Amino acid sequence: MSLAELICPAGTPAALRTAVDAGADAVYCGFQDATNARNFPGLNFTPDELAASVTYAHGKGAKVLLALNTYPPAGKVDLWRQAADTGARLGVDAFIVADMGVADYIARTHPGVRLHLSVQAAASSPEAIRYYCQNFGVKRVVLPRILTIPEIREIRKEIPCEIETFIFGNHGLMVEGRCSLTNYLTGQSTNMDGVCSPASDVEYKRHEDGSMSSQLAGFTIDCFGADEKAGYPTICKGRYTAPHRPEGYYAFEEPVSLNLSRLLPDLIDAGVHAFKIEGRQRSKSYVRGVVSAFRQAVDDIRAGREANIADLVALTEGQKQTQGAFETKKWR
Amino acid sequence: MSARPDTLPRASGPGMSTLARLSCLMVQPILTRVVRRIAKRHPSLFARLGPHQGTDFVIDAVELPFALHLRPDPQALLFRAVPRDATPEAGATIRGKFMLLLELVDSEEDGDAAFFSRDLEVTGDTEAVVRLRNALDDVDGSIAEETAEMFGPPGRAILARLRRAYPT
Ligand code: SF4
Repeated sequence: MSLAELICPAGTPAALRTAVDAGADAVYCGFQDATNARNFPGLNFTPDELAASVTYAHGKGAKVLLALNTYPPAGKVDLWRQAADTGARLGVDAFIVADMGVADYIARTHPGVRLHLSVQAAASSPEAIRYYCQNFGVKRVVLPRILTIPEIREIRKEIPCEIETFIFGNHGLMVEGRCSLTNYLTGQSTNMDGVCSPASDVEYKRHEDGSMSSQLAGFTIDCFGADEKAGYPTICKGRYTAPHRPEGYYAFEEPVSLNLSRLLPDLIDAGVHAFKIEGRQRSKSYVRGVVSAFRQAVDDIRAGREANIADLVALTEGQKQTQGAFETKKWR
Repeated sequence: MSARPDTLPRASGPGMSTLARLSCLMVQPILTRVVRRIAKRHPSLFARLGPHQGTDFVIDAVELPFALHLRPDPQALLFRAVPRDATPEAGATIRGKFMLLLELVDSEEDGDAAFFSRDLEVTGDTEAVVRLRNALDDVDGSIAEETAEMFGPPGRAILARLRRAYPT
């Protein structure tokens, strides 16, 4: 049976302790630089903070996974190598990687540390996943959020590693590791600089009629009416006008969060080994609420009880939730 | 959830300006003590603020008769109450109901969720606000409780009264 490990986000040491105390089996986090895909201002860990956090987590039986899940631009790979060396020295339990060069370096230099393949690698076929397992010794793949549960079940039968899937949080998936929309507007790349919609390029404007527009690098990407819920200022969730849609429409994705709480038993049955909660950029309050809710749910399922899932809609983007492709390919 | 911050009744009307100025004078010594104490107990806050230690934040708790002006410069900390008609030019403004802002400081509420629901409004330099949020979120425990403790039983009583008077 799948262990249904809970993999929880931590943007700061205090959030890491909160996640561990709320029942995380493992916590994932990153350094304060471009080596991870949540390179946000004021977020993440210094090496000293990571050292103390590893001690805290291990003391309570939780693992620490270090996200090195961005793609080094040519000539800049040293930053990723140093981050891997530091992580290994501090005793992290696994690296989450996307780039083959980074995977190769870790496999050769730190063969004792587990490698997990990030969702950013967008490996969605058994062939691609097996390639990473065979060449870099990858032990777990975080699947892109584009697969149905029957597809996951089939993939599980054909790969030699564990499967991790997202179960809650931000739902921007076009396609993981290959989206260049933010780069197009801001000159900064999610995949190489680690930040989509950098805060320094975001501006909110309040209007007389109570509406609020969000802008990225000077481009208006949405305008929320006075009574509308708001979403993140990411281009994939922007609402645009076009000659054939003068009223404005969500061209790619809607502001909505993934919530698979109702599908947990099916995912476990399909052989998913670990459940990931998105949200390193969120607060301790979010971490506490979401981790405790899923801890309770997973414990209920393991004990053969019906899972009693707390209502998490207040924490979702736009206060809307979806089961996305996990339920049906027709989610958009 | 509640109405948007800009639709909430504001403390305004004849005599408000005098009241605002008097209130500012009364709370100022407390604010100065509070911010110094927090800075001393949580020095790591400043590293997360990075280049925004010198930014002027205006914190607008809509029901209060005044706004708050914070400049989190460790060399010259500034936290003062200012009448709304005399707020400085803000690098960033954070607006919401008093208790929501207090709960955000204490991580009892999630800032993104409050933003999605439109209970929290942010204008100006978004990076400055994100840094401040992340810096405060890395503080263990409750800054509100810590502040109340500084003033002993009267402090705790005032906090309890504020919580009743300004529900979220
Ligand atoms: S624009 Fe959307 S899909 Fe692209 S990187 Fe940003 S959040 Fe991800």
